[in-house]
Amino acid sequence: MAKHIQTIVKANLSSTVKTGGCGKCQTSCQSACKTSCTVGNQVCVK
Amino acid sequence: MLDLLSNNEYSVKKNVHSYRQGDLFIAHDVNSGSLHILDEDTYEVLKAVEELQEASKQVNEEGIRQLLWQSGNQLTVEELSEIVGELGELRQQGTLFSREADQVLPTYPEKPIVKAICLHVAHDCNLRCKYCFAETGAFGGSRSMMDLETGKKGIDFVLDLSGHRNHCEVDFFGGEPLLNFGLIRSLVEYGRKAAADRDKTIKFTLTTNGILLNDKIQEYLEQEDISVVLSLDGRPEVHDRMRPFSDGRGSYAKVTPLIKQFAAKRPESSPYALGTYYYVRGTYTHFNPDFDQDVLHMADLGINQISVEPVVASPEAPYAFQEGDLEKICEAYDRLGEEYLSRRGQDKEFNFFHFNVALDQGPCMIKRLSGCGAGHEYVAISPEGDLYPCHQFVGQEDYKLGSLYAENPNQLKEEIVKSFRSAHIYKKPLCRECWARFACSGGCHAANVSFTKSLTDVYTLGCELQKKRLEVALYLKIKEIQHNHNPLSLV
Repeated sequence: MAKHIQTIVKANLSSTVKTGGCGKCQTSCQSACKTSCTVGNQVCVK
Repeated sequence: MLDLLSNNEYSVKKNVHSYRQGDLFIAHDVNSGSLHILDEDTYEVLKAVEELQEASKQVNEEGIRQLLWQSGNQLTVEELSEIVGELGELRQQGTLFSREADQVLPTYPEKPIVKAICLHVAHDCNLRCKYCFAETGAFGGSRSMMDLETGKKGIDFVLDLSGHRNHCEVDFFGGEPLLNFGLIRSLVEYGRKAAADRDKTIKFTLTTNGILLNDKIQEYLEQEDISVVLSLDGRPEVHDRMRPFSDGRGSYAKVTPLIKQFAAKRPESSPYALGTYYYVRGTYTHFNPDFDQDVLHMADLGINQISVEPVVASPEAPYAFQEGDLEKICEAYDRLGEEYLSRRGQDKEFNFFHFNVALDQGPCMIKRLSGCGAGHEYVAISPEGDLYPCHQFVGQEDYKLGSLYAENPNQLKEEIVKSFRSAHIYKKPLCRECWARFACSGGCHAANVSFTKSLTDVYTLGCELQKKRLEVALYLKIKEIQHNHNPLSLV
């Protein structure tokens, strides 16, 4: 058990470069003025 | 481990965001998406590493200790070695100091696949909101309504251009789209049938100010499973100041009961805009940097899906943000985060759109690089049938992509499609160096163009707000995971 650091989320986002890009996801709007969904809070539908 | 950090090719500031939020010291590993809680000494060590790198100095234990001593932290040699050891273990695991993936750019077919359209069914409005980018509904042109022929052509357009994609999206937008409710009904009926004929489905959404949201229309939206974004700014005085009728009267008293009534019909709405949902969306301005009070006001009304966004305005507008607002706004996000936590599981709990980060089911890197898809996956259509990259560009002649009444309506102006496709974060100099790049995707194209006249230079105030919201969102995610005693492993 580490004394100084606690890992809360262990992720590997970079690997999705190879697995992602299907384009099936819902449209997002970066200003959130339309669908109220920006990329940052979108979910993958795959 | 420190040898990596002495290498100028790896910037800690760009790739590991360490910060303090509430009672936590947090490190967010940008490239892997991992999250760690640090003790205060480790946090200070990471900050010292950043400082040494920024000053182009050698990153070693001696240099770190010197900096820490200067700030009054008398960390011992043994303690520092212990911390450096733990940091090294995380580096080995790939959850800290991870390298950025090789640049893989989104690839697109030559002919754009448009999967979503924004139908401007009414370029007129029954309100005169002062911050309206549509210039109170007319988008710089004359007040007009879309006719049935144009609406049908719009539906055919997205069904044609969506190619092999089975799910299309159509948003009814304005002005105020309910001013043309008859057309909406006709187009939903037409769209469902036309989509089914091609083995496709259309998800419909409606963005409305709520003035015309009577029982009949509410019932219709329920019956047809139409998602709805409703506009309310918060406290009565805040809402009425910016969202009056044409005679100057405020609209809060009219819309609030209707919005409450509608929200109550959808208590299980998805915070991630999945399925049939509602969202109440507000705008905050220079006049209410304490917008957290507006969010809480709405939550107290029983509205639990809330999104409140910063206004995007010309600097000369009286409601535009001014120097000094940013600090107040950041404090408001901090307060809102704490209130969000304290209301969890309690009466009047709420979802705040910008605090939703789906770490475990978030989008892939390709989507994060490319952003919203305006101008090639998403197109806005004016009442006259003119095509634009998104609703915020409607009426801007330089950005006109084509027309539903052109000889070949499915032919979009190649040069514009190309410029939007290539406006990804690797083309934006400030984004390349920013720790929030994979959550923000380079911001809103329309806001960037409005402030910098360029698709690849960014609206920097928007960047600061985005970063602050993300800091609070990650903090809340950690709190939620701690509460559930269940760290997430996504590898």
